[in-house]
Amino acid sequence: MKAHTLSVLVENRAGVLSRVAGMFSRRGFNIESLAVGTCEEPNMSRITIVVLGDDAQIEQVMKQLNKLIDVIKVSDLTYRESVERELAMIKVTAEPGTSRAEVMQIADIFRAQIIDVGSKSVVLQVAGDTKKIDALENLLRQYGIKELVRTGKIAILRGAKTVKSSK
Amino acid sequence: MKTGAKILIEALQREGVDTIFGYPGGVVLPIYDELYDSSIRHILVRHEQAAAHAADGFARASGRVGVCLATSGPGACNLVTGIATAYMDSIPIVAVTGQVPTSLLGNDAFQESDITGITLPITKYNYLVKAASDLRRVVHEAFYIAGTGRPGPVLIDLPKDVSTDQVQDTTSISETVSLRGYQPTYHGHIRQIDRALDLIAGAERPLIYAGGGVIHSNASAELVAFAERIMVPVTTTLMGLGAIPGDHPLNLGMLGMHGTQYANYAVTECDLLLAIGVRFDDRVTGKVATFAPNAKIVHIDIDPAEIGKNKKVDVPIVGDVKAVLHVMNDRLKKTGRWEPWLGRIRAWKEKYPLRYQDDGRLRPQHIIRELSALLKGEGIIVSEVGQNQMWTALHYTFKKPRSWITSGGLGTMGYGFPAAIGVHFARPSEPVIDIAGDGSFQMNIQELGTVAQYRIPVKAMILNNMYLGMVRQWQELFYDRRYSYTELPPVDFVKIANAYGIDGIRVDSRDDVASALKAALDTDGPFVLDFRIEREENVFPMVPAGAALNEMIGVRQP
Ligand SMILES: Cc1ncc(C[n+]2csc(CCOP(=O)(O)OP(=O)(O)O)c2C)c(N)n1
Repeated sequence: MKAHTLSVLVENRAGVLSRVAGMFSRRGFNIESLAVGTCEEPNMSRITIVVLGDDAQIEQVMKQLNKLIDVIKVSDLTYRESVERELAMIKVTAEPGTSRAEVMQIADIFRAQIIDVGSKSVVLQVAGDTKKIDALENLLRQYGIKELVRTGKIAILRGAKTVKSSK
Repeated sequence: MKTGAKILIEALQREGVDTIFGYPGGVVLPIYDELYDSSIRHILVRHEQAAAHAADGFARASGRVGVCLATSGPGACNLVTGIATAYMDSIPIVAVTGQVPTSLLGNDAFQESDITGITLPITKYNYLVKAASDLRRVVHEAFYIAGTGRPGPVLIDLPKDVSTDQVQDTTSISETVSLRGYQPTYHGHIRQIDRALDLIAGAERPLIYAGGGVIHSNASAELVAFAERIMVPVTTTLMGLGAIPGDHPLNLGMLGMHGTQYANYAVTECDLLLAIGVRFDDRVTGKVATFAPNAKIVHIDIDPAEIGKNKKVDVPIVGDVKAVLHVMNDRLKKTGRWEPWLGRIRAWKEKYPLRYQDDGRLRPQHIIRELSALLKGEGIIVSEVGQNQMWTALHYTFKKPRSWITSGGLGTMGYGFPAAIGVHFARPSEPVIDIAGDGSFQMNIQELGTVAQYRIPVKAMILNNMYLGMVRQWQELFYDRRYSYTELPPVDFVKIANAYGIDGIRVDSRDDVASALKAALDTDGPFVLDFRIEREENVFPMVPAGAALNEMIGVRQP
């Protein structure tokens, strides 16, 4: 079992997300994360899906995705040169005079930004790959994480190559 | 200016639709009003499930797209089993459902149900149409999607206001549909085809395993030519029966859970399996690890997702079966020699023929063989689900493709009788017989009303054992004969038929089988035959669930 990052180009139509998500749950594939948004092509969206499976399962996932009429192109970025990012916002307890300085120092090291400051807490925003965000989360836990919001992963190929509709 | 309903009917006509099966209701009133004086013939069924099955039977018998129509909510939901049945067997139907007006969508309005959501996993595609101006394009696309590639059901959900809206019908649509996310592969990869041919040349014990894909692709002639040229025996799935004539010397009949002994031995022993238009269903493979354990596998199918889904294959060929076989027949130069293998198969056929007890009692196998002898391969046999289906698959000699209509993948009891209605409208000049169990027949028995109203000459042949026979068989074999809720009280089916104005005969003795069958076939209209068969007759051979194919029970052991 390995986490694969799939970039899926779809028609931007009502119901396309339920078609994709429904296929995963119906066939018992595990979605680790899913991010969807518009893309450079009008009328299309790009979904980045992280899915766990062995090679045979991932092949099935890709074939089943391709079989959906609204799916235009599926690419597995896992073994290709790509950059991957997630965004997280973390509300962490940071009282002035006690832990706040330490929290801000940690934020600095992780290139996280403080995007809101309250009397007893601050909100950090951090972008990076999964590992980096996991590491930050672990470090901040000792101060008390009040709330954590993470986007799904998005990914893009390095260099000039693109994941485009070939049709 | 035209209403959406008018655009719909015209679009259906443009697709060549002459018959649809349906049931009216509030939100489809505008559509029914258009149908009233249209050239499209509408068959009023007695339950929407029957409309879906009839459309499906029409499609299977004709190879064209079948159409059904239902109202919103309960009407649409009643279609669901029929749509799922078509989906599992890759049958092209277009189901049109009414929907509450767009202004009420999502409000739990009267008779609203989210039918596009409900049918998402059982349709190839579906549409909720929000503007009448989209209708022409949607209908054209729906027929294209349903009927091309790996066929399947498509649903079009039409809110009432979309049917009544007046729009300028000027949108010109091109004849050829182009969908960037849907481009089926029809032509097999030449390099893979040549690899398959090399494997054939080097094989010692090759076997063809052919399925419904051969029927859908109208490739029976290519299949038989291929088998004859390389002299390789053919076993078919339940869905593939008729792809090769049942009495062809290379035919081994059906394989799988209720396959013939020789087909199951052959697949277990072969060293090359040519899998054509099949999907390695668990009812075919038994324990998948021991399915064709010694074989290299070539898999030809139009759906890439079927390749490698259940079983790893050595040579994948994605393409239309007919096109691929055509190229294979063309490129075939040398073939191997497997006289010893053919000899072994002949010996199995002799030693382990299909058997049943023919002791003068009224046994279903005899009835089916008698019908087979009478019809000589002419006519179309439809079945229900259960023992009746398996006895027919084993004992009827199918000579042509599309002469066997049955619910394989979903195994839907109640499928046969309404499907037979659709079959009749697809091929009105041929005899249509529904071979039924008493349980299945009672699942859509109300269609006697439809058959009576239109004098549809289908013959219902009930193999009446007063049990849910197939389930009883499992209880007998695997649950210590504890017949938990599988006994059905006797029903006088002839009286029921008579109440609808339909003739029928009850048959209690083997001696009366032939004359009863003749009487039914000689009747112009519908007919019901109630055969009171041996109650605890079983279907054999049988591979118990989860066993290997060569571990059959109810057979002479090697
Ligand atoms: C709609 C539906 N419900 C339940 C089943 C499970 N099932 C499979 S075969 C069978 C018994 C069929 O009985 P009958 O129609 O009398 O046919 P027989 O097996 O006796 O020939 C049942 C209940 C099914 N296949 N379909």
